[in-house]
Amino acid sequence: MNTIQKHILSIGLMLAVFAIGSTSLVVITENATRDKIADNERQTLLNAINTLVPAANYNNDILSDTLEIGPIKALSTTTATTVYRARQNEHAIAAIFTSIAPNGYNGKITLLIGIYQTGELAGVRVITHKETPGLGDKIDERKSNWITQFSGLSLSNPKSAQWAVKKDGGQFDQFTGATITPRAVIQAIKNALHYFEQHQNTLFEQRHEKHYD
Amino acid sequence: MKNTMTEQYQTIVRDGLWKNNPALVQLLGLCPLLAVSNTVINGLGLGLATLLTLVASNGLVSLFRHHIPDEVRLPVFVMIIASIVTAIELSMSAWFHELYLILGIFIPLIVTNCAITGRAEAFAARNAVGPALVDGFMMGLGFAAVLILLGALREIIGQGTMFSEAHLMFGESARYFKIIIIEDYRGFLMALLPPGAFIGLGLIVALKNVIDARQTAKMTASPTATQADNSALQQH
Repeated sequence: MNTIQKHILSIGLMLAVFAIGSTSLVVITENATRDKIADNERQTLLNAINTLVPAANYNNDILSDTLEIGPIKALSTTTATTVYRARQNEHAIAAIFTSIAPNGYNGKITLLIGIYQTGELAGVRVITHKETPGLGDKIDERKSNWITQFSGLSLSNPKSAQWAVKKDGGQFDQFTGATITPRAVIQAIKNALHYFEQHQNTLFEQRHEKHYD
Repeated sequence: MKNTMTEQYQTIVRDGLWKNNPALVQLLGLCPLLAVSNTVINGLGLGLATLLTLVASNGLVSLFRHHIPDEVRLPVFVMIIASIVTAIELSMSAWFHELYLILGIFIPLIVTNCAITGRAEAFAARNAVGPALVDGFMMGLGFAAVLILLGALREIIGQGTMFSEAHLMFGESARYFKIIIIEDYRGFLMALLPPGAFIGLGLIVALKNVIDARQTAKMTASPTATQADNSALQQH
């Protein structure tokens, strides 16, 4: 082996040593933080669920009592999503699931929607959106309380025609300079209510192992 | 010897904070700088994460500077920085989860912050660990200061508040840190959008240049002024 080859080999080896060293750093940190991160994510999800359905209203382990539903056209979901089921002493209380408004001003708006067994909305929160800051982003609970007005409403309250922004003859306020965003959100909520009405029974079905006990 | 050492550190401090400030003079790391400076708290969060990365990467690069082959130093720097950033991202997700949810997508951007590779190449690879750590700290501090200043500017003009959403960083009790500077402010959207960041940074750079120009003018003016005084005295 001539000197140039030796030189290249030694450089390559050093590069490999640094690659192993930096990868080890990542592996060690990942190991040390994995449980804490999983905990945080559970807590964040639980907090989001509890803003919709207060923790006092149910007593099951809601993060484990879930149902996977495939992509659903009525909810505009394109991947499988999770339905969280709240129960009080085994009685169905509410379902919390994801619905997407595909026609926001800047693309998809993902909503977390909670609906009580009675068909009443427990509440709605925007999970992700790309609406214009200062205009369309008032759908975000941190910016304005617009999204909280839906709690307690249902398909019969208000009447179907009223499920629209005022501009379209409905009862909900649009924002100054932004009608498309609230219109999309209201439509998505209405779709979710219809979906819940049609699939209420299957949504609360116990998992199979429960049938045998 | 001791004197030259303190002098060296003084130069490092002055360079990082003012004379060679990464954000105002080198204009490095604009991508995260402009993206995350819309509130004071966001600026502070990204500033601290960048500072931590700079100190750690400068320290490690300097520690291994005799072992890093010159030909592959850039790939090695990139690996070191990328693994540090990943470690910081994971730690933030573990211990500052709420802030992570906000800054999360910007943390990986630190890897693209040329200020960090720049300091590794220009300083850490050529200096002992001590000065390299101080350099990383001072450059990080200078960068964070600009982020916070720009964040304050944009937050006041954009939404009329200061320290809003401080609870994301300091816990629930910090919810009351929020100061409303302008009551019933309608908001000025452009300040919160990227154009506002560009204009704001431009104004800060201009301000720094004005201050520098004044100082140089004073420095060159004062000797002539004393000369003029002297000649005036001599005439009498």
